Amino acid sequence: MLAAHLPPLAASLFSLLAITSLLLAFVMLGSRWLYEYMLAFAAQSWLIAILSAAVAYYGGYPELYGIAALTALFRGLVLPYLLLRIIRRLEIDRELHELLSPSASLVVGALLVVFAFVVSTHLGAALGLAGTVAVLALTVMLSMKLIGFLMLMVRSEVVSQILAILVLENGIFLGSQILVPGMPMLLELVILFDLLVVVACFGVLVRYLLVHAGTSSTRELTRLTG
Amino acid sequence: MSPAPLIAVIMLAPLVAAAGCLVSRRARVTEYLNLAAALIDFAGVLRLLPIALAGPYVFWGGYIIVDALGAWVMLSITAVYLLASLYAIGYMRQIDQPSRLHRFYALLAGFALTMLLGPVMNNVGVYWIAIELTTLVSTFLVGFERTREGVEAAWKYIVVVSAGISLALLGIVFFYWAGSLHLGPSYNLTWSALRAVAPQLNPTLALAAFLLVFIGFGTKVGLAPMHTWLPDAHSEGPAPVSAMLSGALLNTAMIGVARFISVTDATRLGLMPRTVVVVIGASSLVIAALFITRQTEIKRLMAYSSVEHMGVMTLGLGFGGPLGVAGALYHMLNHSLNKSLMFFGAGDAMHAFHTKRIMRVRHVLTAMPVAGTLWILGALAITGAPPFGLFLSEVTIMRAGLAGPNAWAVFVMLVLLVVIFAGFLNHFRAMYFGESSGTEAPAGGWKRQPGTAFWCLLPMWLAILPILTLGLWWPGVISHYFAVIASQLGGGLPP
Repeated sequence: MLAAHLPPLAASLFSLLAITSLLLAFVMLGSRWLYEYMLAFAAQSWLIAILSAAVAYYGGYPELYGIAALTALFRGLVLPYLLLRIIRRLEIDRELHELLSPSASLVVGALLVVFAFVVSTHLGAALGLAGTVAVLALTVMLSMKLIGFLMLMVRSEVVSQILAILVLENGIFLGSQILVPGMPMLLELVILFDLLVVVACFGVLVRYLLVHAGTSSTRELTRLTG
Repeated sequence: MSPAPLIAVIMLAPLVAAAGCLVSRRARVTEYLNLAAALIDFAGVLRLLPIALAGPYVFWGGYIIVDALGAWVMLSITAVYLLASLYAIGYMRQIDQPSRLHRFYALLAGFALTMLLGPVMNNVGVYWIAIELTTLVSTFLVGFERTREGVEAAWKYIVVVSAGISLALLGIVFFYWAGSLHLGPSYNLTWSALRAVAPQLNPTLALAAFLLVFIGFGTKVGLAPMHTWLPDAHSEGPAPVSAMLSGALLNTAMIGVARFISVTDATRLGLMPRTVVVVIGASSLVIAALFITRQTEIKRLMAYSSVEHMGVMTLGLGFGGPLGVAGALYHMLNHSLNKSLMFFGAGDAMHAFHTKRIMRVRHVLTAMPVAGTLWILGALAITGAPPFGLFLSEVTIMRAGLAGPNAWAVFVMLVLLVVIFAGFLNHFRAMYFGESSGTEAPAGGWKRQPGTAFWCLLPMWLAILPILTLGLWWPGVISHYFAVIASQLGGGLPP
């Protein structure tokens, strides 16, 4: 596989991009401001686009250039724009009552990364890939997954929850660029498009929530229990 | 004979109906348009069943597969779609929102289309997308009544299911990765390709991948402890939507679980994946039993009963073998019909008593003699009492379990089914024969709006009669059908 036989420069570049993306997930975790989440997400998407292009260059997958362009366009521009519109519509621009303070969530996030690293090392060792970029990609992928779930749990603003789900998706996308660069193009295209529809649906639902439930915080959604 | 034209008709009918609904915008026209699509689809799938038996057929660039399992799931989907479309005409006319009705039917037809896509998807990744699409369309059906609770349910539904299903995508990437170590970096991840490469897959990676897809699609199936979206979504949507969610949607995700189990059977993982499936199935029964006994709302009661039956089906698939698969699939059809009937009855009761609370519903038979009788018969059937279909399928699943290595689960299942039987029917005893508590809505004063009785009662009859027939007589042709499916799924673990 690609990640096992990379020139050192490419390996360092991939690692740098993956780790910076993970750091941006921590930026989201450490902030209260919705606008900053959105910027961090946009920056993360751009990094993933660069990663796709790098994989295309070093791995010889020319179709990934197209994916890189579309990732930059959809994830880097259109989705942040849609999110910005949602944020502007809300009266609120920061998390008010998070379950876990940003500093505490950073600590929990770090623990989750350790856990992801242990799991990835085991998987990497089982596959004979110990010490390669594949293990790092796997770590970042699983960490972003876990951090996304953490954000879903401790943040209650609707925008935070949408972003958490997008972080889940970004994690998968980032990992799959390195681990399975040959994944059929059609699939990646449809998943990109699907993401757009998801965010559009979320946008409509946020409007319903504001009008019919009078809140943009999921903590207020307590009517249905049992 | 290639089923391609038939598949095209089945997919186009709801698509055309949805487009027609959006264009015409007239309530009366849209309800018949949707009904016509449902009739065409049901007839089309009936025609498809014998053709699919000779399959599997793969066509349209390898993206579509028609096999016996897919056709069977499509039968349950279209049956529920037809029943729900009939009932929706009566139900929605009693809800005073004629100006938005065309959107409802457009969404309903679109929802049916996305559900029918799932079973025929040959590429695992595209199957995932089809499942994701069902969520996006049905969210708006759940929140259609635009009540505070409805919007809350819709939000929880889309967030929980999107997050859960993203785990399945991760699992699919893992499967693709594991396969790419043997098949080269670029290949088509079809069900058959995955099964063929399964014996070579690295066991550690395959186990991680299977756990992820099982948890992911299990969220959509409504298995505990990932079921949390299900009672909210099922209880807040309009009754025909609840029926579609419970009777059809859950099955489209279940087919993924069944196909992935057949993949892991071929890996070198042994019994482990099946044990996980059985444990999750049993835990769904536990959760369902607890929440059914203490339930206070009618539709949430039905929703937890769905969790129960998905658990039963999962147990059947987990036990595996020809008997387990047959039991699970027989259960699937019976449950689809029966749960539709239950939600239709619940919808009528909510219209008659203007409440969702069990406590405030008393003397159902006085208020709605015919629908009430059908509803309580359905309640008997859904708890697994003979002579209805679910009794037969549950017994079959238990027989399959006793023959296998996870026999403990059969005893758990038996005890919990008895608890659920008592708990579920106790609520019906209260609603039908309970003492008046003084707070209930007046019984007997309810009249349906003229012209709706036929549309509300017809689907209830159409549901109860097949359940009764299938309970008294298990047709030999269906046994043959299940035997073919079981052999295509690999016939369980090699001994």
